[in-house]
Amino acid sequence: MATEAHGAGEGGLAFHPMDQFLVKPLFGDGEVGMFTLTNATFWMALTILAIFALLVMGTSGRATIPSRMQSVAELAYDFVRKMVEDVAGKEALVFFPYIMTLFMFIVFANFLGLLPMAFTTTSHIAVTAVLAMMVFLTVTILGFVKNGPAFLSLFWVSSAPLALRPILAIIELISYFVRPVSHSIRLAGNMMAGHAVIKVFAGFSQVAMIAPLSILAVSAMYGLEVLVSFIQAYVFTILTCVYLKDALHPHH
Amino acid sequence: MEGDIAQLGQFIGAGLAGIGSGAAAIGVGHVAGNFLAGALRNPSAAAGQTATLFIGIAFAEALGIFSFLIALLLMFAV
Repeated sequence: MATEAHGAGEGGLAFHPMDQFLVKPLFGDGEVGMFTLTNATFWMALTILAIFALLVMGTSGRATIPSRMQSVAELAYDFVRKMVEDVAGKEALVFFPYIMTLFMFIVFANFLGLLPMAFTTTSHIAVTAVLAMMVFLTVTILGFVKNGPAFLSLFWVSSAPLALRPILAIIELISYFVRPVSHSIRLAGNMMAGHAVIKVFAGFSQVAMIAPLSILAVSAMYGLEVLVSFIQAYVFTILTCVYLKDALHPHH
Repeated sequence: MEGDIAQLGQFIGAGLAGIGSGAAAIGVGHVAGNFLAGALRNPSAAAGQTATLFIGIAFAEALGIFSFLIALLLMFAV
C-alpha cells in the first residue's frame, strides 16, 4: 500500500483509508529492518504493559473485598477459565495459561487499536497468522502425542455411511488444514475492515454538507467496533478451545 | 485513467469477490436468527448455547473471509 501515491491527487480523499495500517519506524524514517523499532512494536509493547498492569499489579493486593481493578482481573480470569472448561473439558485446563494469554493479548490489542491515532497490531495478518499457526501446531502435536495414530480418526467420520466416509475424509482433511487460514484472517480481516470503514467515513467529513452525517456514522461505527473487538477476541479464543477439544477427544 | 486490461480484470474480480461477503452475511443471519427462534421457545436452555452460537457464526463467516482473501490477493498479490 503506497503512501505518496494516494491522497495527493485532486478530488480524492485527504488521506487514504489504508494508510493507518502502514508499519513505520518509530524514530526517524529509514528502512524497516528485522530489529527496527516500529509503531507495531510500540503498540504491542503497550499491550503487554497494559495486561501486566491489569493482571499482575491489579491482583497484587489480594484483597478479600476486591478493588475495581482486581474485580476486572478476576472477571477476565473466570470468564476464560469457564470458557475452557465448558468447551474443551476439564483436562484442557492444562492449557488454560496459554489460552488466557491469547485472549488477553487479542482483546487488549483490539481495544488499544481503537484509540485515536493508534496502530492496531491485530489488523496485520502477519501478527494473527503467527498466533493461529501456534494454535494449529500446538493442537496437531498434542493430538498425536495424546492419541497416537488414533488422532487420524478425526478425519474418519464413523457415524456416516461407509460409502461416504472416504469423501468426507477428504473434506475433513481440507477443513483441518484451512483452520489456521480462517482463524487468522477472521481476526485480521474484521479489525482491518472496521478501521478502514471508520476512516472512509472520516474522509467524507471534509465535505461541509454531509459532515454531521459522517460524524454520526463514525460514532456509530466506533460503537460497533468496540463490540466487534471483544467478539473477535472471544471467537478466536473459543475456536482455540474447540480445536483443543478435537485434539483431546478426536472421536466423532 | 491509465492501466491495462489485466488491471481492469483485477479490479473487477476483486469487486466480484465482494459478493462473497454478502453471502456470508446471509449465513450469519441464518445462524443468529435460528438461534433466536430457538432461544425464545426455550429461554432457559439458551444461556448454555451461546458458545455454540458463536462457533456457528465463526464457521459461517469463515467462507466470507475467503472471498475477502481472494479480493486482497487480486488487489495486492497478482
